Amino acid sequence: MGIKTHSFKKSLWLFHFGGASCNNCDIEILDCLTPRYDVERFGMKLVGSIRHADVLLVNGSINKKDKPRLEEIYNQAPKPIVVVAIGACGCTGGIFAEGNTFAGPVDKIIPVDVYIPGCPPKPEAILAGIVKLLNK
Amino acid sequence: MKDVQWVTGYNHRGIEKLCESKTFDQVFFLVERVCGICSTSHPFAFANAMEEICNVELTNRAKYIRSIIGELERIHSHLLWVGLAGHFLGYNTVFMWAWKYREPVLDLFEMITGNRNSYAMFKIGGVRRDIENSMIPSMKKVLDIVKKKTDLLIGAVMDDPVIHARTKGVGILTKEDIIQYGALGPTARASGVPIDVRRDDPYAAYPLVNWKVITAEGGDVFAKTEVRLLEINESISIIEQCLEGLTKEKEGEIEVKVKEIPEGFGTGHAEAPRGEVFHFVKTDGSNYPKRHKIRAPSYMNIGTFKKSCIGQTISDATIALAAVDPCYCCTERMAYVYNYSTGEKILNGSELIKLGQQKTDEIRKQLKMDK
Amino acid sequence: MTTEAIINKVRDNLKDDIVEINIKSNVRALVSIKPEAVQKAYDLLFSEMGFRFIIASALQSKEGIEIYYHFSKDIIGLILNLHVLLPKDNPQIESLADKYVAANWIEREMHELYGIKFLNHPNLEKLISDGNWAEGVYPYKEE
Repeated sequence: MGIKTHSFKKSLWLFHFGGASCNNCDIEILDCLTPRYDVERFGMKLVGSIRHADVLLVNGSINKKDKPRLEEIYNQAPKPIVVVAIGACGCTGGIFAEGNTFAGPVDKIIPVDVYIPGCPPKPEAILAGIVKLLNK
Repeated sequence: MKDVQWVTGYNHRGIEKLCESKTFDQVFFLVERVCGICSTSHPFAFANAMEEICNVELTNRAKYIRSIIGELERIHSHLLWVGLAGHFLGYNTVFMWAWKYREPVLDLFEMITGNRNSYAMFKIGGVRRDIENSMIPSMKKVLDIVKKKTDLLIGAVMDDPVIHARTKGVGILTKEDIIQYGALGPTARASGVPIDVRRDDPYAAYPLVNWKVITAEGGDVFAKTEVRLLEINESISIIEQCLEGLTKEKEGEIEVKVKEIPEGFGTGHAEAPRGEVFHFVKTDGSNYPKRHKIRAPSYMNIGTFKKSCIGQTISDATIALAAVDPCYCCTERMAYVYNYSTGEKILNGSELIKLGQQKTDEIRKQLKMDK
Repeated sequence: MTTEAIINKVRDNLKDDIVEINIKSNVRALVSIKPEAVQKAYDLLFSEMGFRFIIASALQSKEGIEIYYHFSKDIIGLILNLHVLLPKDNPQIESLADKYVAANWIEREMHELYGIKFLNHPNLEKLISDGNWAEGVYPYKEE
């Protein structure tokens, strides 16, 4: 396999973008860092800047105000970047899809590679999704 | 810091309008997701408002179950806050500990309701699922573990001289500030304003158990930490009493059937971990709410930033802001420092956190402690 | 002070500005007043009688645009709802925000959602609408 795919397999750095969400999924993502699930044993950590990231985690139904910011974050991200849509809101907009400020689910704005449904998805589900992605 | 500006609207989902197109039973699932951390307080307040309109009295068992869920949520929310406060101060071990001991509480939720975070337990007239008496002994065992570990955490946090140095005198809110801004919850109680919906306008099982309202006088971040930590202990005591009460009630009597919702309006409130959650519902005799107004406690608490942050140093910014425990889903999430005269941005949110952590390191060195 | 004594004091102080009083129970009451008296009523309830301002809710009904200002007297657990009715076309009312900081944000929000003009508001800027909907559009108001 090429050097890019080979180096991609180890210790992914994650950047988290929270849209207009109820924060349940945000808390479950942070829970992955805690001792019980401990995503750091895979070498994964949350980074503060999109320019350092390999994976963009997006959750929350995207607001009209969030949309330009999501697009900008995606444009700033160094390619190749893997986009993961987390939670029912990230995948399809969830129960907020009929709201008056809804700006389309994440895959209408940026291309998505992995969907992890759930409301919220348990940390085990999030880890399973990321591991599936690693094996791809 | 000279000024704090709040830019919001990133989280606006139009929930109040969405409620008008859902039946009353469906609204419970929608309002649960207003906020993930105070997830139960919103259905609680909504149920209180609707039961005021329908004039229905709950069974004791439903009251106990509602209070158990509400108090378990308070425990997990305060532990979450303690972890975050630790992280902002540079105590990442506190963050890991606090969130590790949140896990047994979330396990309890999964055992009782089926989900770790949005429980779907409430309905008009009662609750959807019963807590069987056979589950109670295992619940008590988990609560014992949580109690032991929170006592450890309280000891570690309250006696640490560096934490005293970082949090005492920081972000002070006087009693007058609280009253002017209408601030609520632990933010108010830490400044000596003893307001608590559970005691002032009792609902569910709170009048049936013994508990006390925790207050402190300092009004600074240390006082707010103290109030939250002691409230965890108080919540554990309330849950244990409610579990006792459940053993005396007949199993299965968890709801009162409500056939019709008359025309009228109801105002319901509940004490969320961050303060009073208020719901106003206007009905017109149909199966849909005519208007549903939701007000989360952080809406009032965030205004106090103007008072608690002005005059503080930038490295104290994150902990002073976090002390109010703003629920970002009920409110907002952008923090940056801008130059007062030119309006240009200088530092962003994660840099502010780093500054806060650096200050702790400096104080530690001053006190000559090992890292 | 009991609920009855409180309502009597409100009645005595606001006199002709009162449209209707409805005492639902010991802990819930509704006082409907004329819109011009809203500052006087807030002064009475907050500054003089020690009520806490909970929030204000605006809604549209067939009579027009209504605003409910909710107050709480925590010591006795009373929620007193102050109600005003405004005309649907050009709803406007005196702002409470320049004197009472707790009302600042909610007046801005009610303006963005229903188009209610709050006269003499210190900073009637956008709160949640910027980027979410256009200026001059009031999403919750039905035409």
